[in-house]
Amino acid sequence: MHPAIQGLLTIAFGVGGCVGYFYFSNLVLDRVIFPARGAHIARNIRRANMIRPWLFLLPALLALGLYLAYPVVETLRLSVTERVPGGGSEFVGLANYQQMLAEAKFWEALQNNFLWLLVVPAASTAFGLLAAQLTDRLAWGNIAKSLIFMPMAISFVGAAVIWKLVYDARPEGTDQIGVLNAIYIYFGGDAPMQWLTIPFWNNFFLMMVLIWIQTGFAMVILSAALRGIPEETVEAAIVDGAGPFQIFFKIKVPQIMDTIVVVWTTITIVVLKVFDIVFAMTNGQWETQVLANYMYDKLFRANDWGVGSASAMIIMLLVLPILVWNVYNARREMR
Amino acid sequence: MANLKLTNVAKTYGGGVEVLKDINLDIKQGELIVFVGPSGCGKSTLLRMIAGLERISGGTLEIDDAVMNDIPPAQRGIAMVFQSYALYPHMTVRDNMAFALKIAKKSKDEIDAAIDRAAKILQLEPYLDRLPKALSGGQRQRVAIGRSIVRDPKVYLFDEPLSNLDAALRVATRIEIAQLKEAMPDSTMIYVTHDQVEAMTLASRIVVLANKGIAQVGTPLELYERPENEFVAQFIGSPAMNLIAGTVIATGQHTTVRLSSGEEVVAEIPTTEADQGLAVNVGVRPEDLVEEGSGGALIDSRVDIVEALGEVTVLYIAAGEGKDPLIAKLPGIHKGLRGTSVRLYADPAKLHLFHNGQSLLYR
Repeated sequence: MHPAIQGLLTIAFGVGGCVGYFYFSNLVLDRVIFPARGAHIARNIRRANMIRPWLFLLPALLALGLYLAYPVVETLRLSVTERVPGGGSEFVGLANYQQMLAEAKFWEALQNNFLWLLVVPAASTAFGLLAAQLTDRLAWGNIAKSLIFMPMAISFVGAAVIWKLVYDARPEGTDQIGVLNAIYIYFGGDAPMQWLTIPFWNNFFLMMVLIWIQTGFAMVILSAALRGIPEETVEAAIVDGAGPFQIFFKIKVPQIMDTIVVVWTTITIVVLKVFDIVFAMTNGQWETQVLANYMYDKLFRANDWGVGSASAMIIMLLVLPILVWNVYNARREMR
Repeated sequence: MANLKLTNVAKTYGGGVEVLKDINLDIKQGELIVFVGPSGCGKSTLLRMIAGLERISGGTLEIDDAVMNDIPPAQRGIAMVFQSYALYPHMTVRDNMAFALKIAKKSKDEIDAAIDRAAKILQLEPYLDRLPKALSGGQRQRVAIGRSIVRDPKVYLFDEPLSNLDAALRVATRIEIAQLKEAMPDSTMIYVTHDQVEAMTLASRIVVLANKGIAQVGTPLELYERPENEFVAQFIGSPAMNLIAGTVIATGQHTTVRLSSGEEVVAEIPTTEADQGLAVNVGVRPEDLVEEGSGGALIDSRVDIVEALGEVTVLYIAAGEGKDPLIAKLPGIHKGLRGTSVRLYADPAKLHLFHNGQSLLYR
């Protein structure tokens, strides 16, 4: 069968299946289980309405349970077991965690993750806010915004490839195709640099990629928030004698603080899970390891379930409080 | 505490759209000037030009003899109260009032003193540490006024400050603004509204804006008693003044007009020989019509609708095919008038005469 027809059929079955599920499950509920007739009509309608929300939630609950809740439990189990030669596994307590904590590469990954955590959300939010404010009143602001937003549409791996070209180094004396080296040589640098192999600073070259992607996201959300600020409060501030910077920092930013926090925490969660960029650009070499790549390394290259799962648990523990805070803030903002 | 002078002020928007032209106005210290006019007449635009929030496209604005056209708002010595209050939602009442003073780098003692004074005048003392969202509409409006008072400006600008309040609160706040003016007799205030009751009760002088310009400037009673043109005559007073077409048939100290109905009425308005045969509109306010009178009847027609309000009875009287009904406001309760024919008269001193929209009083 032609793949396109296959795809269309899948869509038809999927959508049809959903519609069919909701239609027939409701039909069964209303006609068979609690029919809206007979001696207990009022009670039946009330009960049917109590059950109906669960009917609608059931598919989502099942899918989330299978693909989210179960893996968490299974990962937790794997993180305290070890493979036995010849098949099977046995309980080893916290041995995997101890082994992991003793590895220098783990601490490097943890340290780098914190560095990412400090820099990327702050830089993305700041650049996004700046772009939102600067493009707000421009005639060509929407074009500028589209350009800044575009990286959001690129996959992390694609973005990594693009930036690998930016950081590319060709032998000395030949034309530099990497923009950064081209600029470096133009301004009098003596030899092209292998940017991604310079420890510590190479972390920032990697972060740049994520900042480039996330700035567009921050800009779109913050731009909408800035538009929501009542114009009269800005005019009142002008009459009160505030300059452009005072209006921005004392009138506008405080009014969109809730949105800034949501944007910040959302990007923070993305950062904690960062994997593709590091995997595609350095694979954790030259002291650029991060937790997610470390986990991948253990799970699929070293085939060490135990330590891999343990590091997955660490990532989850780090994400959890920020996620809770993010959801709390997003809900508060919606009110 | 200042004099304002507007000379040939005009406002044109980018595409050549003219909103205001040839605005000439002298405002003396201590006056409360009210700009009124229908929606879109440019009254708010004029206020915003005085504030400096809109550019002045032509003419000059002077405050105390200094040209202000290109001076930023904060240095014009003005303070503005906005329709939506425009309080800073993230600041307490105290910080809202202190904001301008902090920017002006006033000392802490000065700021505290100014806030205490304003809070006392406006009875805001218990609310100084609250956020705006914890205040009622009336309290928010008082904070907005307080934010102006602390700056001790030369000119206060009010942009429809009461239109976001409910009816009862509007009356109360209107009286508060009148008292505020009383307490600060030297301050100059400019007040924009579309509500003529606000205009009549608050203003020392009213500026009626229409057709891109000033239709008339005068005290509230001048506008009511001696409107310069049909627009002002119909804009001030509610229900609006009735206009009845007629022809001048006798001139002199008093003028006799034959109405289209054939009735002849006398108005205490002087005319000259040259006015003989002039086509005029006789203007009479609904509240000036009475059931008994001498001379010809102004109205002799069928009553279509009766609104009995208790204190007054409002009659809507057929004026002929395709014309707006004539309106009469009779004191007290009148029953059984609907569908009947009424003859209504007016005191010759209460009549107005207009030719081509202009009052014959002003020639």
